[in-house]
Amino acid sequence: MNITVLDPTGELRPDARERVPRPESLSGLTVGLLDISKARGNVFLDRVEQRLDELGVKVKRFIKPTFAKPAPVDLRHEIATSCDAVIEALAD
Amino acid sequence: MVGSLWHSVEMSDRSDSIKPPPLPDGLVAVVKEDCPTCVLIVPVLADLADRSSITVITQDNPTFPSDDDWVVHDHDLALSWHHDVITVPTLMEVVGGVPVRQIEGWSREEWQTFTGVDDLGPQIADWRPGCGSLSVDPNRADELAVRFSGSTLTSRRVEIAALEDEWEAMWDRGWSDGLPVVPPTQARVLRMLEGTSRDPDDIVAVVPPDLVECTVEKVAVNAVMAGCRPEYLPVVLAAVEAACTEEFNMHGLLATTMPTGPILIINGPIRREIDMNSGINVLGPGNRANTTIGRALQLVIRNVGGGKPGGIDRATHGSPAKLGLCFPEDEEGSPWESLAESRGFGGDVSTVTLFPGEGPRILFDQISRSPESLTKHLAAGLMANVSPRLALMFETVLVLGPEHMSRYHDAGWSRERFLDALTSELTIEADTIIRGTDGIEEGMPEFLAGETLTKFPPGGIHVVHAGSGAGLFSMTFGGWVAGATGSVTVTKEITR
Repeated sequence: MNITVLDPTGELRPDARERVPRPESLSGLTVGLLDISKARGNVFLDRVEQRLDELGVKVKRFIKPTFAKPAPVDLRHEIATSCDAVIEALAD
Repeated sequence: MVGSLWHSVEMSDRSDSIKPPPLPDGLVAVVKEDCPTCVLIVPVLADLADRSSITVITQDNPTFPSDDDWVVHDHDLALSWHHDVITVPTLMEVVGGVPVRQIEGWSREEWQTFTGVDDLGPQIADWRPGCGSLSVDPNRADELAVRFSGSTLTSRRVEIAALEDEWEAMWDRGWSDGLPVVPPTQARVLRMLEGTSRDPDDIVAVVPPDLVECTVEKVAVNAVMAGCRPEYLPVVLAAVEAACTEEFNMHGLLATTMPTGPILIINGPIRREIDMNSGINVLGPGNRANTTIGRALQLVIRNVGGGKPGGIDRATHGSPAKLGLCFPEDEEGSPWESLAESRGFGGDVSTVTLFPGEGPRILFDQISRSPESLTKHLAAGLMANVSPRLALMFETVLVLGPEHMSRYHDAGWSRERFLDALTSELTIEADTIIRGTDGIEEGMPEFLAGETLTKFPPGGIHVVHAGSGAGLFSMTFGGWVAGATGSVTVTKEITR
């Protein structure tokens, strides 16, 4: 017999979360680079941008207002709608 | 058979949002054929139907005690369940569809007084206790609770296929800390909710990091998964509230690279009521309440708040204590006021104190017999908390073991005297730990040169008495960044 359990999560996501498939190649794609505003995250992303440029990948840069809070919903929406993939620079 | 129940039962105040189905007004008796007392009083029921007016509600055989129209079959036990019938026979006076008074079992005298009809059942025994109502039969109670109150639960239902292993299915969804979790079925969650008087849809807190409004029901779901018993739920609820306060800053404590988490310390009568262990192996495994309450809080943060290791939880090493760490103080064995009392709560109040801390570490001293020697040695050990080169930034919980406490008790030291002596031993000349001294680059900043510092900020030593009676040891928990820039220790009253 099937058993039914109650979802213990905040139910912010679908029960079985569908991920966007990972791109096979970055060729022709736009990659977002998100700086969370922690010290020297920009140094890391500058280098990533340089490497992506060398590969001919289009790059868009984004910055969170503060690392202490989640990215504003508008920023997340902008990244999701204007990029095919995103690389986030964490810190520590 | 249920024991002597010759008392009027107070009507319980059921807080379900479901409206109970109405009982017929007037005199109502609830019976079942599978109860010798109900069978015994068949002539009384017929007599009341004849001489007065009565509706008999039968739980099992639809034609018991007769097929007359004053007999109603409670085929799905909805009437019995909703109106909290515990015993059969139960005799009620119903007004507006709900019982206003009732008695249980059979007593000629009580039934005559209750009904105002004399000479009831002259041919049968004067009294007999009743039997358990079918609606509280342990084999049916869970199923009935789900049927009649399951719809009050609002969490998303997740169906696990028959061929799926439920533990694997829950693990795959990311609901577990790595240990098995108890499947939170509706029946188990409803049973858990019996542990509190709060409504399932009450908001307990907004849980970081996803800042999700967390209901009593969601806490109950996670408490089931952690292995809690219903009577632990009020403790878990208070802990969730305390963790999600602005001062405690659960988001920061979760996101930090340090190996810290909420340490729960329980004070007051609830420690004994839920059979917590404040003695042997107090900080270790073996006691269900100690082990599962802290875990329930961590599962709420993980599941409701979305705070997972490798996600927002960025701990470099973490700690086994982050599975959940909860323990009670041994108040009865302590000559001093409890932690909660020292924080302004009465001894008759149950509280949970949340300290942002590391796993525990031993303070070993088997030789000291004087309080002065022991205090100096404890201070030397505490100097190493987090780093011997850092001061004023972190608080500590000091768990004095009973044999160490005896040194102070025997010498007549009060808590205040102990803390004064300990604090004075924890004084540091900043020049000895300024960055770069002794060939160590880490340390206090240079602007503090020439200052005298204390290891912990004022009020930053939280003394608790716990452990077994054998072993000349105490324990300390190192803290996380203390104060407004980090986390403030929070104590919350536990209410049912």
